[in-house]
Formats: sequence, structure tokens, C-alpha cells
Amino acid sequence: MTFEIFMQQLANGISIGSLYALIAIGYTMVYGILRLINFAHGDIFMMASYFMVFSMVNFGLPWYVSMVIVIIATILLGVLVEKTAYKPLRNAPRMSIMISAIGVSFLLENLATYLFTGVPKGFPDIAILTQAISFGNISFSVATLVTPIITLILLYVVQFITNKTKIGMAMRASSIDFETARLMGININRVISTTFVIGSGLAAVGAILWGSKYPSVMPLMGVMPGLKCFIAAVLGGIGNTTGAVLGGFILGMAEIMLVTFLPSLTGYRDAIAFIILIVVLLVKPTGLLGEKVTDKV
Amino acid sequence: MLEIKNLHVNYGGISAVKGINMSVPEKSIVTLIGANGAGKSTTLRTIAGLVKPSSGEIIFQGENITGKDTIDIVAKGITLVPEGRRVFANLTVLENLKIGAYLRKESIEDSIKNVFDLFPRLKERSWQLAGTLSGGEQQMLAVGRALMAKPKLIMMDEPSLGLAPLIVNGIFDIIKEINKLGTTILLIEQNANKALKVADYGYVLETGKITMEGTGLELLKNEKVKDAYLGSSKK
Ligand SMILES: Nc1ncnc2c1ncn2[C@@H]1O[C@H](COP(=O)(O)OP(=O)(O)O)[C@@H](O)[C@H]1O
Ligand SMILES: [Mg+2]
Repeated sequence: MTFEIFMQQLANGISIGSLYALIAIGYTMVYGILRLINFAHGDIFMMASYFMVFSMVNFGLPWYVSMVIVIIATILLGVLVEKTAYKPLRNAPRMSIMISAIGVSFLLENLATYLFTGVPKGFPDIAILTQAISFGNISFSVATLVTPIITLILLYVVQFITNKTKIGMAMRASSIDFETARLMGININRVISTTFVIGSGLAAVGAILWGSKYPSVMPLMGVMPGLKCFIAAVLGGIGNTTGAVLGGFILGMAEIMLVTFLPSLTGYRDAIAFIILIVVLLVKPTGLLGEKVTDKV
Repeated sequence: MLEIKNLHVNYGGISAVKGINMSVPEKSIVTLIGANGAGKSTTLRTIAGLVKPSSGEIIFQGENITGKDTIDIVAKGITLVPEGRRVFANLTVLENLKIGAYLRKESIEDSIKNVFDLFPRLKERSWQLAGTLSGGEQQMLAVGRALMAKPKLIMMDEPSLGLAPLIVNGIFDIIKEINKLGTTILLIEQNANKALKVADYGYVLETGKITMEGTGLELLKNEKVKDAYLGSSKK
């Protein structure tokens, strides 16, 4: 293998890793506050991809307008799911809300199949993202290069919100004790909605960047990335946003390195995530940066 | 300031509070004593809006606040220092204080300073995570956090629970001090002796009903109270 190929694959790994990271943040934040694995998160990501197709292909809007519309629409969808499927179960046993999340996941997948058919749609070409830049013999798409940068900027923004703002303080407080948070005058529903706004917004950004790399949009396209990103969140320590990003990078890197160094095992690429999950659960269930998982009062 | 009229509270089919009447006059310290499971916490949690009563009325400063949302009740000037302190372990001491003032729009620097004057220990530890504080310090923080809302009425659920005797005395001194500064206090205690000594008026709660009431001194001298709650005094 040449140095060029290695560099190329390294960039690929970092880039796919940051896509996982963007989606993993949504899982980890929702888990942090509701102790819920939001099974619908991968399908929200899928819907964001369809929104982009409709906005650019069907309505012919320019990419920059479409991005804004897609982010807003995805956020609205995420919050709608929370309000209709999770909020009514706020005081129900945790298993009920988990099952509700699985239900929403199936609903979105089947709704997409019904409305958009199972035939893959092409993700619109965003020239500014798909054009190639070359360094000597190595060439990358702009998307590959900007994805990690965008991810780190968004991680910084999320960190800033959680650690430096009033609503972020309320989120951290609510994540360990809803009732006492209410005694402080915190509106729990607003805190939870904010979490879904952030998670869905990041999933939308992830979908746009994802489509520029893998331009095929299908109703079940969110399933595998959803599972992998959930695993990335567990690997990093669920509930911890930095951990989610770290887990995403590690998972992306591991996949690409397998393909690079052991090309004969390429078919097992999707299995890596699950092997990592098993190892983490056996060796360090709290994940790399996770703290002791406290059951919420 | 606070009037409770014929309050009933049920958990599912079990009734925990069975028609109590209480009154907390402005600027006073009123205590509610009673054994474990008598319904003391339930009463406070109902006033704070965390639990909805099945019947009865809670009137605060002439306004019926029965069944209102906790946020509205906090906004009206009632705060609760919950049983077991419940400080936010993952927030710093300073953040715990700031979050106590969550609904306040104006500058809170003065209030932070006042709390630090009352509890110098908290100032030394303002950057520490609340989860790393000792039990006594956490109780100070829970009280300080409640004060940050500038409440008119502060309700405390067993602030002395699980603390060393020396620290318990400190907590009761602070309660008197807070009251002197103009805040009305509704105090729940199993430590009846100390509670009745600081209280202007007291109620005795037994399995959801008020069985005795009187000034702190009257109850301290009452034979039945001595028997049931001041155990050692007879020896
Ligand atoms: N969340 C709850 N669900 C069901 N029963 C409860 C709940 N909280 C308290 N109780 C019951 O209500 C009664 C009064 O409890 P509580 O108000 O906590 O008493 P106290 O604070 O005086 O010890 C007890 O019998 C207790 O078991
Ligand atoms: Mg109690």
C-alpha cells in the first residue's frame, strides 16, 4: 500500500467518523436527560435526507436555502416525535417509552416506504461539497475535508450550550434529578425539547454531509448508521457528548482501517461496530469517558 | 401567609394526608413534627405542587394555589429544601446556587454574597462539584440554593437528617438567622426537641392527621408529646 492510499483512507476514516459523531451526539444527549435510547434517531436522519431531496430536486431550491429548510424541518420532526410519542409517557415505566421509540422508528420507516417507495432516490449533488481537491497524488472531496471541521465546531457549540448557558445548566441539573429541577422553577419540558432540537439539528447536518458521500436515499438508510452511532455513543460513554464524538471517530477509523489493511474482510465492515459493542459491554460498560451510570431519582 | 384547609392527599388508593388544617403566619417559624411515614413530606410536596391533592385548599398570601404547577408556586415565593438535600452533584457549588435563582431575571450577585456570608464554607468550595461535599455542607448548599430564589416562605424537609450533632446545632442556628432576616419558615423534623425550641408554633402529625398543636413551648411541655417524640426527657 502506498502512502497516498493510506492518507486517503485516513481522511476517509476521520470523515466517516465525524459523521457518526454528529449522529451519536443526538443519542447521547437524549439518553442523558431521559435515560431513553431514542430508536427513532436514525430514522430522523433518514427523513432529513429525504427533505434534502425534496427541497433541491422537487422544489429546485438552491443548496444553501435547502440546508436551512432541512435543518428546520428535521428539528420540527424531532420535537414532534418527542411531544407525541415520549412526553405522554413521562411518568410511565422506562420500558414503555423505549417501546414507543421503537414504534416511532417503524412508523417513520414504513411511512417513508409508503410515501416515497423503496426505490432509492439520488441525493442531490451539492457541487461545493462534492468537488475534489488534490494534494499531489492525493485527492479528497470537499465534504471529506470539511466534515471533521464542522463536527468539531458543532461539538464546541454543544459544549458551550451545556456548560456555559442557563438552559445548559438546567439540562445538566435535569439530567440527574427532574423533581428537584422543577423545584428550582425549571421547565422540564422545555429542557427536553431543547435536547431534541440539538440532537435533530445535528442529525440533519449529518444527513446532508452523508448524502454528499453516499448519495443514495432509502427508507431503511437510517437503520445501520443509527445502530452504529448508538454504539459509538456507548463506546464513548453514553450521556457524554465528547465521548460520543470520540466513539464516532474511533468507530469510523476502525471500519476504514479494516477495509484498508484487511481488504479481504471488507464484507465484515458493519460487524466491527457490534464487536466493539460486545467488548465495551464486557470490559467497560460505562464507556471510555462515561461516569458511573446513576439511576435517576 | 399560608393557610391549609382540609387537605387530603392520596397515592393511588392509599391516603397519606387525611384532612389537615394548618396556618403559617408571616415571619414565623412553624414546625410540623411526626414519626416516619406520618405524611410530613407529602404535605410539603403538595404545597410545592409536586403532588396534586385530592381535595382541600392551599392559600398563599390570599391566593388559592391548590394544584398549581411547581414553577408557578416557586415564582410566587415558596421554595422547598427537599428531604435528603438533593443537591445537583454534577454541578459546582456556585452553579447550584445560580440554579436556585433560575426564575430571577435581575442580577443575583448580592444573593450569592449573602449566601456566602451565611455559609463561608460554601465560598471556599464554590468551584467544587456539589457531589464531593460532606453531608453537612450539602445541607448548607441545599438551604443556600433555596434562599437564592429570594423566597417569602421556605419549607425545609428534615434538614438535620443524618447529620452529626454539632452540625445539626449549626443548621438550627441558621434557621433562626434566616427567619430573623425576614423569611417565613415551615420546618419538618423528626428531631422534635430542637424543632419545637426554634418554632413559634408547632403541629403534630400522626398517620395523616394533626393530633396536637400549640406554641413550641406548649408542645415541649405537653406530656403526650414528651412521651411520643421527646423520648429521653422522662428518664
Ligand atoms: N410516592 C409515593 N407513593 C406511594 N406512597 C407514598 C409515596 N410517598 C410516600 N408514600 C406513603 O405516604 C405516607 C406518608 O409518607 P411521607 O409523607 O413521606 O411521610 P414522612 O415524611 O412523614 O415520613 C407513607 O405511608 C408512605 O409510605
Ligand atoms: Mg419525610
